[in-house]
Amino acid sequence: MMHLLICILINYLLVMVAMAFFTLLERKVLGYIQIRKGPNKVSLMGLPQPFADVIKLFTKEVSFPSSSNLYPFIFSPMMGLALALLFWSLYPYSSPLFFPMYGALLFLCISSLNVYATLIAGWASNSKYALLGAIRSIAQTISYEVSMALILLSALIILLSFNLILMTSSQWSSISLLLPPLFMIWFITTLAETNRTPFDLSEGESELVSGFNVEFSAGSFALIFMAEYTNILTMSLFTSVFFFGMIPLGIFTDIPLVLKTMFFAFLFIWVRGTLPRMRYDKLMNLAWKSFLPLSLSMMILSTSLIIII
Amino acid sequence: MTTSFYPVILATVIPPMVFAIAWILSNRPIPSMNKLSPYECGFDPKNNARLPFSLRFFLLAVLFLVFDIEIVLLMPIPLSLFLNPMSTLLETTISIIILMLGLIHEWNEGSLDWSS
Repeated sequence: MMHLLICILINYLLVMVAMAFFTLLERKVLGYIQIRKGPNKVSLMGLPQPFADVIKLFTKEVSFPSSSNLYPFIFSPMMGLALALLFWSLYPYSSPLFFPMYGALLFLCISSLNVYATLIAGWASNSKYALLGAIRSIAQTISYEVSMALILLSALIILLSFNLILMTSSQWSSISLLLPPLFMIWFITTLAETNRTPFDLSEGESELVSGFNVEFSAGSFALIFMAEYTNILTMSLFTSVFFFGMIPLGIFTDIPLVLKTMFFAFLFIWVRGTLPRMRYDKLMNLAWKSFLPLSLSMMILSTSLIIII
Repeated sequence: MTTSFYPVILATVIPPMVFAIAWILSNRPIPSMNKLSPYECGFDPKNNARLPFSLRFFLLAVLFLVFDIEIVLLMPIPLSLFLNPMSTLLETTISIIILMLGLIHEWNEGSLDWSS
């Protein structure tokens, strides 16, 4: 029992370390995209920058707005991080702790619960900007969740299983090669799900200052930030699990999985450095008028494909 | 209690611990009225920030509910394809055509147009 808890704890702590260095990667890559250096002053080439960030964020002043609802205000960032960590109990590496039969279902459940963290955070801070940002962000996440579930379901129909461990240990072909458009809309949907740049309407800097997290400071803000970046890593992990088959390399089978995850995480940053923000009505039209019909028809296609095969 | 709950337990324990560390380390100056009021770009907050209900977003939520329930109904397809492929294909096709017709109806009614 104790060793199991310690294993899970190590898993979670390493996820948080990965998230910390992912923020450093983002700042570096964005720096080089904009032809500047990015953080390079802290100790050796700026490598311990994330730890300096953590210390800075944690020693900042904590402020709870007088009109906010205190308990939801404290609770929501913690809920966000808890959900983001919970994803990683599904991490399907070659020596997993658990063998969940319906891992993909749990993935869908947790990703739909993520909405509540944003909703509580925006509502509880009792500020106009925060509420507007939260409403926008929820509407966006909800719309893209429909097509995300449908795309995932079309992939699962071809894989004929909900078992993530099975997918990373026995699936030698890759769905992204079988149905490239499916993979492309999945990636765009994950961008929208995590509120990343072409779709970061929840924190449009000029209109909403920072969206649902304006009122948060110090520890609470750090928790929201950690949850957001952990979610990006999670989404890239599941992209590589669902859409890219495993490459059998004996005991090194995990290495391609990690490399693919890193590539998709890098892609998130790359998109952020490249594309401008979308207009809100276009975002909604994209979700409801093109992704939804396309993913519905993709489901019929994949069901008939698997029967023909 | 089975071992499957351990990740949940740890995931609910770690964030409060992180928050507690931040709370212990944090700087606590004397609170002032301006710091504690909600942020509004230099204005004093006047009305209650909790806006009345926006119908646009409410309609979207209703649409989402309908489609999400359909997704729940479609969930067992990967497993039932094992048992009975042909009838699963038939049922999938029929239910997706119904969903499609619903979507076309919504589109026609104009509830998918964000700006009108």
